[in-house]
Amino acid sequence: MSLTEFSENYAPVDFMLVAQHWPLFLLGLRNTLILLAGPLALSCLFAVPLALIRANRVPIANRIIFAYTYLFRGTPLLVQLYLLYYGAAQFSLIRDTFLWTILREAWWCAFISFTLCSTAYITEILRGAIETVPKGEIEAANACGMSPSTRMRRIILPNAFRRALPAFSNEVIFTLHSTVLASTVTIIDILGAARLFNNKYYLAFDGFIVAALLYMALVYTINRGFKFWEGKWHRHLSRERTT
Amino acid sequence: MKKHTTLLAGAIMILAGMATAHAEDTIRFATEGAYPPFNERAADGSLKGFEIDLGMALCDKIKRACEFQAQDWDGMIPGLLANKYDGIFASMAITGERKKKIDFTNKYYQTGGVFVARKGAKLDTADKALGGKVIGTIPGVTQCYLEKAYPQATVRVYETADSLYLDLESGRVDAILSDAIGVDFGLLKTERGKDMEFVSEIYTDRECFGEGVGIGMRKEDSELRDQFNKAIAELRADGTYDTIMKKYFQYDIYGK
Repeated sequence: MSLTEFSENYAPVDFMLVAQHWPLFLLGLRNTLILLAGPLALSCLFAVPLALIRANRVPIANRIIFAYTYLFRGTPLLVQLYLLYYGAAQFSLIRDTFLWTILREAWWCAFISFTLCSTAYITEILRGAIETVPKGEIEAANACGMSPSTRMRRIILPNAFRRALPAFSNEVIFTLHSTVLASTVTIIDILGAARLFNNKYYLAFDGFIVAALLYMALVYTINRGFKFWEGKWHRHLSRERTT
Repeated sequence: MKKHTTLLAGAIMILAGMATAHAEDTIRFATEGAYPPFNERAADGSLKGFEIDLGMALCDKIKRACEFQAQDWDGMIPGLLANKYDGIFASMAITGERKKKIDFTNKYYQTGGVFVARKGAKLDTADKALGGKVIGTIPGVTQCYLEKAYPQATVRVYETADSLYLDLESGRVDAILSDAIGVDFGLLKTERGKDMEFVSEIYTDRECFGEGVGIGMRKEDSELRDQFNKAIAELRADGTYDTIMKKYFQYDIYGK
């Protein structure tokens, strides 16, 4: 019996067929990675100033940012994506402006809505971490005569980042999982590739198994990365510290 | 121990019952519910359309109870094979590729693919043309034909005809390749489609579009399939088919 025959008739997943279509799954993997890394990088950039404004209760701006995070954390990402993708397209007001050159592309719709959503989450994670920096550390910084900006740079933010890390690593994994929504607006991400594959050969789940394995591999890699990162940043908290 | 044996025997009997009882059970048809006027959702969420009416008439003929359930186009054939329902009544074309997996009744209507675009959009639909154009479609026969005849085109595959039409309206795609009757009723004849038109001939390439639209059935249900074939012929002969057809269409959709 040849390998192809075995794969076609006996294996739980027709792995030879999957192997034939590796460029499709690779394309999916590439798109998923871009849709994960791009919005996340931007979100981290935006979230720091937003979280500082929130934590310091800057008048008016705090209210506006609170409304923004409340709105985006309070509605499902799929709804946000549909509103942007199908909703915005209904208005000729938008279609006739330069905005349309961006929103016309499914790609940018996904990119923008993912960024907006994870910025909202990361802002709140960071705000919580900043607000709970121990009072003693702040008093110590004041006693040393640090200016507010130095205190922020040297004491508050490093401490907040360190304590936000576990929640942030969770957020990264959730963001990875929500990239599957891109496949609902014609983008070929990992799930989109699996769907095309299933449709082409009228398969029920073979493509999904491949997709699940790919996502698991990604989550494993992300977890390892954060373990390493935490090892560096949280060394002072480690129990097996040898002196 | 005895208790366990009884339980086991009971379980086996139930399983055996499940395997044989289907002969007189309700026949379950799956349809998409997003493809007017063949199948769509009524305001209350129930399924209606040409295929639902025709399906019920067929079941009357063979004196069996039938029901329709909604199923996404994506998992249509796998769902049939997994016994989630007994027939696909969802405008599925009878193609050689699909026949490898499932069986079909004789056709109950026939259609082809056609390009639709905004009025005045000049679209060169000669073979191998459409380079640089974004063309939308849904999985299945039209996707097959796009990939076969227009390898230069950028193809976007949508989940449902509804979302496909929305993106033609918004201009995200330059044109769509769609089932001719479906798009005529689902889009062109509606308010949204007043600026759209057919911009090509109707393609009926046999390899992709197959030999008409039939009810998809599991290969082992050949007895039921034969009953349906007989019933389709009877409905055609006694005029019931035409009555149902005229409710939805002004022209003949059965073909030759």
